[in-house]
Amino acid sequence: MAGGDFLKELQAVLGPERLLTGTEDRWCYAFDAAAAQPKHLPLAVALPRSTEEVAGIMKLATAYRVPVYPRGSGTNLSGGVIPREDGLVISFVEMNNILELDIENLTATVQPGVVIQELNDAVAPYGLIYPPDPGSVATATMGGSVAESSGGLRGLKYGVTKDYVMGLEVVLADGTVFHCGGKTVKNVSGYDLVKLFCGSEGTLGIMTAITVRLTPAPEARRSMLAVFDRLEGAARTITGIIANKVIPATMEIMDNVTIRTVEAYCHAGLPVEAAAVLLLEVDGIPAVVEKEAAIVERVCRENGGQVRVARDDAERENLWTARRAALPACARLRPTTVLEDATVPRSKIPEMLLALERIARKYNVSIATYGHAGDGNLHPTITCDERDQEEMERVHRAVDEIFHTAIALGGTLSGEHGIGLAKQKYMELEFGASGVAVMQRLKQALDPLGILNPGKLVGPLPVKE
Amino acid sequence: MNPFDDLALVEEEMAKCMKCGNCQAVCPLYKETLREAAVARGKVQLAYAYLKGELPATHSLAGKLLFCLTCMACVANCPSGVRVDMVVLAARAAMVREKGLPWVKKVIFQGLKRPWLFDTALKTGRRFQSLALRYRPEIQRCNPRFPIGLELRRVLPPLARKTLREEFPEVMQPVKARARAAFFTGCLENYIYTDTGRAVVNVLLANDVEVIIPRDQHCCGIPTLVHGDVPTAREMAASNLQIFQRYNFDYLVVACATCGEAWKHFYPQLLEHSPQGAAARVMAARARDINELLVQLDYRRPAAGLPLKVTYHDPCHLVRGQGISKEPRQILRSIPGLEFREMKNADRCCGNAGSFSLTNYDMSMQVQAHKVAAIKATGVDTVVTSCPACRMQLEDGLAQAGLSPRVLHVVQVLEQAYEKTGVGSRMSEVG
Repeated sequence: MAGGDFLKELQAVLGPERLLTGTEDRWCYAFDAAAAQPKHLPLAVALPRSTEEVAGIMKLATAYRVPVYPRGSGTNLSGGVIPREDGLVISFVEMNNILELDIENLTATVQPGVVIQELNDAVAPYGLIYPPDPGSVATATMGGSVAESSGGLRGLKYGVTKDYVMGLEVVLADGTVFHCGGKTVKNVSGYDLVKLFCGSEGTLGIMTAITVRLTPAPEARRSMLAVFDRLEGAARTITGIIANKVIPATMEIMDNVTIRTVEAYCHAGLPVEAAAVLLLEVDGIPAVVEKEAAIVERVCRENGGQVRVARDDAERENLWTARRAALPACARLRPTTVLEDATVPRSKIPEMLLALERIARKYNVSIATYGHAGDGNLHPTITCDERDQEEMERVHRAVDEIFHTAIALGGTLSGEHGIGLAKQKYMELEFGASGVAVMQRLKQALDPLGILNPGKLVGPLPVKE
Repeated sequence: MNPFDDLALVEEEMAKCMKCGNCQAVCPLYKETLREAAVARGKVQLAYAYLKGELPATHSLAGKLLFCLTCMACVANCPSGVRVDMVVLAARAAMVREKGLPWVKKVIFQGLKRPWLFDTALKTGRRFQSLALRYRPEIQRCNPRFPIGLELRRVLPPLARKTLREEFPEVMQPVKARARAAFFTGCLENYIYTDTGRAVVNVLLANDVEVIIPRDQHCCGIPTLVHGDVPTAREMAASNLQIFQRYNFDYLVVACATCGEAWKHFYPQLLEHSPQGAAARVMAARARDINELLVQLDYRRPAAGLPLKVTYHDPCHLVRGQGISKEPRQILRSIPGLEFREMKNADRCCGNAGSFSLTNYDMSMQVQAHKVAAIKATGVDTVVTSCPACRMQLEDGLAQAGLSPRVLHVVQVLEQAYEKTGVGSRMSEVG
């Protein structure tokens, strides 16, 4: 590969300001937010501003056989944007315009570099929300969150990112630009290419425009904290609420390790003896909120939970402070924070929680578990020190067992973080050899040279000529 | 040894970084540049790579590490609590140890280090400043006439005809003193914003506090520290400390956010392992920002009204550096007739960051534009802050934007209210 010629031609497309080739600049794109992953220096970092520029970059990448690593804000937790080999990172942060807000159709069309929070701020004056709500909402880009199909706290009622994407403009590996989906609520023509690209982690194509569905902001909401001295009580509450035909917007769980950690960190007044707490929020029109909150409260009590209902915004804010403190509280315990997202069917939550306790003991690692109980999406968080090789060995083996357990319980490798580098080795566990082969055939059909985010999701494919 | 002498001492801070990127949401420089190397996550990883020998010390690495306002917004927003400001300062110091200072900085810092030279230069400067600066009476500020290391567009206050230390005797006693305060004037209040310095003196006297302005005091040295010249900063810290030790007082009062940080945090760190370590800690415990001291002393509430519409800008090194944000607002709200309007993101950096605005004027003004927009939205006639460096930046930004709000220090507003009330600075001069 003629790196020099490639860069020279690339510079003709982007200009010197938007093609970073200095060592220090490249170093800053050699990693993402995934813990304990290798760093690899990319050849250069490109910062396009238009679909045409992206297509131009891809044509050159194809001509020179240069692997390409699309990247948003790099907040992802699976190593999905870590470059491998001497590839080109394409950062989309400068493609950050909201192209259209269509209030009549309740859609927004954005460039991939728009930060999720910025979209929410833009639609708020119309009484609308973009429901996907990942923890990194203030930083993460729309492109990145569609590529990873990220979720968040409202997943139980509102779903994940792929449930909101209606249309895409995509640039393929060879520079071809095409559109799929659109603004119509009903759209069943052809293969569902929109869904195919959601969660494809930059391995099939590059999204350069994204049309998403917006929903009316809930008129009212009520938050509650339920404290349980037995894990089974919390677990039965989770299924019991749904069985009583209430779908809360949020149903978050924190285990005892998390409760203790949070309490030591911010003195939120959590019961440190409790086996688990559930943080619940129902939203909608006031009459429904009233009715649903009463049901939620009753089910909590029936299962031995003590319930605290937030009476106003200040109290609601107080309850949420504890949940938001879970990550910083864990992060400050030890230098390295391995944040996983093993996900099981709702009914298997208690089994998964007990398994996590057992795994922590078995490998002598500290696991704090919190997460989105309502949708079965748990965040076992292992605090450790990346520099301690022996400890990291145990951490890696614990992580292995966590994912084996999740799959054995009928779960999935990822509820919202994606596969990337970190979980690629488990893909066969979930899909079997034939399932992985199907994905590889899709990959080969759309990216025959294997230049789009190679090494991720479906693994390295034999492509080099 | 401390982090300023050994980067390895902040290794734990760097190891703690989760690389989550939360800093992107709050970093003023990232907002403008959208480059990973500009944000805390990038800088921490660069410093870490340098420490581990994965990246060599180069001119361009030093440049990346200097491209930071040390506004600490990232520190306040970091889930892991990484002290990014310490990492950045320690890494800059390590780079200077390995590569040395550029000659320009060497010359300037040599000048700063010699108080008599610096003092003489600035006093000479005020006589000849009309040669270099064009005075604009409509805003009572100047523009450089030709490039003297300053942007021609820049709007500057002129050097004062009389320095603060020339203006006042060394010791001023109220009729009946209830406390004694030594005033560290800082450069800006001594040579340029003497109106702020005068207000500190008058307000303290009006509150029956004896004021001492030690003659020989000089620059706090932080400009040299933020550029990585630790030996010079240490020398200046030691000298200031020695000068103030000659006096007997209860409080060391400052009206500049950075000078406050110097006395409270940087001097004890710099002098930690020197014979003056204990003295530096004693002085740090006595150091007070003027807002903090007034509230602590239960300052006299002005009785007369001041019909001003006011907003307040939080200096980074006061709000995050010293945790002081309630006090200035409390003082402003206690003035009858004054209408206080909070601006959006009052604690967002104004972009000055000391010498950052000299070396990166365009970027500094880009950051400042957000502040000016927030001020404009409030519709106030007066912007109040607690740091002369912020004041200078805000005056420049407002003038560039064609806006006319005045910029004052909290203590100046209080002084005005006292004047209307008729609270005199009942003092008897000594010395």
